[in-house]
Amino acid sequence: MQFLTTVLFDGLIYASYLFIVSLGLTITFGVMKILNVAHGGFFAWGAYLASISIIYLGDNEYNSYFYYFAIFFSAIIVGLFFGYIIERFILRKMYNEDIHLIVLATFGLFWILEDLILHVFGVDPLMPYYPAMELGGIEIAGIFQGVYSLTLAALAIIVAFICWYFLKKTKWGKLLQSVIFDREVSVSMGINVTNVYLITFIIGGMLGALGGAYIAPTISVSPGFAIDVVVMSFAVVVIGGMGSVPGALIGSLIVGLVRAFAVHQAPILELFIIYAIMAIVLILKPEGLFAPPKPRKI
Amino acid sequence: MKLTYLKTIGKIAITGLIASVLPLSVNAKDTVKVGVVSFLTGPAAGPFGTPAKQGAELVIDAINAGTMPAPYNTKGFGGAQLDAIFSDESGGGTKQVGLFRDFVQKQNVDAMIGYISSGNCMAIGPVADELKKLTIFSTCGTERLYEEKLRSHVFRTQGNAVGDSLGAAKYIADEYFKGKVSTADKMFTGINQNYAWGQDSYKFFVLGMKQYMPSAVASSKPQFPKLFSGQYGSEISALSLDPAKIVHTSFWNGDFEAFMLQGLVRGFFSKKILVSSVGGSGVDSLGKKFPDGVIMGTRGNVGLIVRNDQTPLNKWFVESYKKRYGAYPLGPSYQYARAVMLYKIGMDSAAKKAGKFPTQDQVMAAMKGITFESFVDKIEMKRGGGHQAVHSIAYGVTKFNKAKGEPGIEKVIKYSASCVYPPAGVKSQSWVESGMPGRKCN
Repeated sequence: MQFLTTVLFDGLIYASYLFIVSLGLTITFGVMKILNVAHGGFFAWGAYLASISIIYLGDNEYNSYFYYFAIFFSAIIVGLFFGYIIERFILRKMYNEDIHLIVLATFGLFWILEDLILHVFGVDPLMPYYPAMELGGIEIAGIFQGVYSLTLAALAIIVAFICWYFLKKTKWGKLLQSVIFDREVSVSMGINVTNVYLITFIIGGMLGALGGAYIAPTISVSPGFAIDVVVMSFAVVVIGGMGSVPGALIGSLIVGLVRAFAVHQAPILELFIIYAIMAIVLILKPEGLFAPPKPRKI
Repeated sequence: MKLTYLKTIGKIAITGLIASVLPLSVNAKDTVKVGVVSFLTGPAAGPFGTPAKQGAELVIDAINAGTMPAPYNTKGFGGAQLDAIFSDESGGGTKQVGLFRDFVQKQNVDAMIGYISSGNCMAIGPVADELKKLTIFSTCGTERLYEEKLRSHVFRTQGNAVGDSLGAAKYIADEYFKGKVSTADKMFTGINQNYAWGQDSYKFFVLGMKQYMPSAVASSKPQFPKLFSGQYGSEISALSLDPAKIVHTSFWNGDFEAFMLQGLVRGFFSKKILVSSVGGSGVDSLGKKFPDGVIMGTRGNVGLIVRNDQTPLNKWFVESYKKRYGAYPLGPSYQYARAVMLYKIGMDSAAKKAGKFPTQDQVMAAMKGITFESFVDKIEMKRGGGHQAVHSIAYGVTKFNKAKGEPGIEKVIKYSASCVYPPAGVKSQSWVESGMPGRKCN
């Protein structure tokens, strides 16, 4: 029982982290049909901006509520700033190009964002541990879990709910679904697809940055740490289905729980098992488990 | 008139010829060009690559100026000034081999110094021999570098991972199991990065524990997360559920700091005894948050373990480093400085013997098999055919120094090289498995 409870908590915490990061990736793909490799850059910038803010606040003994404000504020700033610049001045000029060229462009942008980090923040690792240290640990089934990490699961639930509400209950969500379903029809119905693209890219970037900003207090934030996160997020969206929000949720849960089980029972298979699942899904259902339906065009 | 005109042209031509040739010949004797490679980007840059570069830079500048204490107080390298070209080690073995070839074949360097990653050293070693270019590895730890094949042009001033792992096992046996201990205390496990360094380190730790503590039992589920994975929540849970009390790690770079941070929040270190063979950088990063009671090694007498040692060379290094960079030198700072010091000794000795600017072969002959003065100890180039260093290994227990407001270490024990390294010509694994014949411990 202790074993299963621990695996469940470990898996859920890791899945929450993956979900927040991969949600932005899958929304961007769903609407814009762009595999945004630069998503890792948003993640890294979110982590760095939140780190320097938290370290400043912690060193100067500000109220701990400000840490959380800094985390969300960093995500919003990074998403707005880089999201706007990248979509408005680079991607918008490439929408008529081959999709592979756009992927390569985002790949280049990822490295530019990574390199900018070196120039702006330097190479020294940042350790904004204040929020995680303040919340401490709580004993669950005989094992101490970090309370801050548990709040990550709460954040993932809130983000998932907001996403569901936005897509299903708001006018903007319906417009978004229309664009996801068919861009040309949406244009003919008078939807300003250019604006939808810009806002989607910014929101996707904010989610990526939020993942980095929220995880920063539990890690050593150093140059290059976002690369693995991007790769893992790709595994999640491939398993769940590119462009599918429920797919990102289920994909994150599968990867998180399977990884946790492997770490406990067969540590050497930790990575192998994730990519084995991805390979099996690609063989049996190449579009992913929850890929959105494609319209049949005549 | 015509003859005078021709003579003038001739004089100008000869003067020009001399002027163009002279600087080259002077440069060849006055300057040595050396590539210095360490991680300048990526997760290993902050805790390893940058301190390494700074250590090399400090010592190179001091030797060029003749301001380093004895026995390195003569100016220059064989009388020449060292012109260092710093380069980034990131990108993996294939990229580094390409850069190495570029350094040697296009930039015509006189020597190469550095390399932190064992993977990079394994990739560069054969190429250095192929291109016949003197290369001094400063930090990387895999024992396979010389045990698979002797190297003609490669030297390493850092002892390999075998000594670090055996030293850790011996420290546990000496310091922690002097008294009566429970069965769980005698169980051990590990969390190490899943590549050459991590796997070799744990393998020799297990072998060492079998020798020093035959009753100790290794866990069936040691953890080997991916290098730079950064998230260790599940691993910490798995280690917490494991009855083993001792946890060995050779984590380095940001991985160590992340692991410590995540473990601290979860009270992991109050329940387990952590043995870290190379985590010195994390002690400074976390400062007073770093837990007391962690068994810490620094891969020899460098970094945290010797920062208060008052030998003239060490005192100068610590003070100069702090003055210039505003921090204590870490293990890699010392390691890179040591590699530069060996190069100076080789150049000076060879120049003195040859009575002129030495050739590369003369420099290598002067370095081979020597014992040279390091900051607080001596480095013996006595393994790998005189190309591989051995030195004493030290371990201690972390204890925050409240009076000074900085990290500290206590209960330090030093093990001589003959205690933790096999004799020359003997392979490490077979030596340990056969009971470490001939070992002399202090």
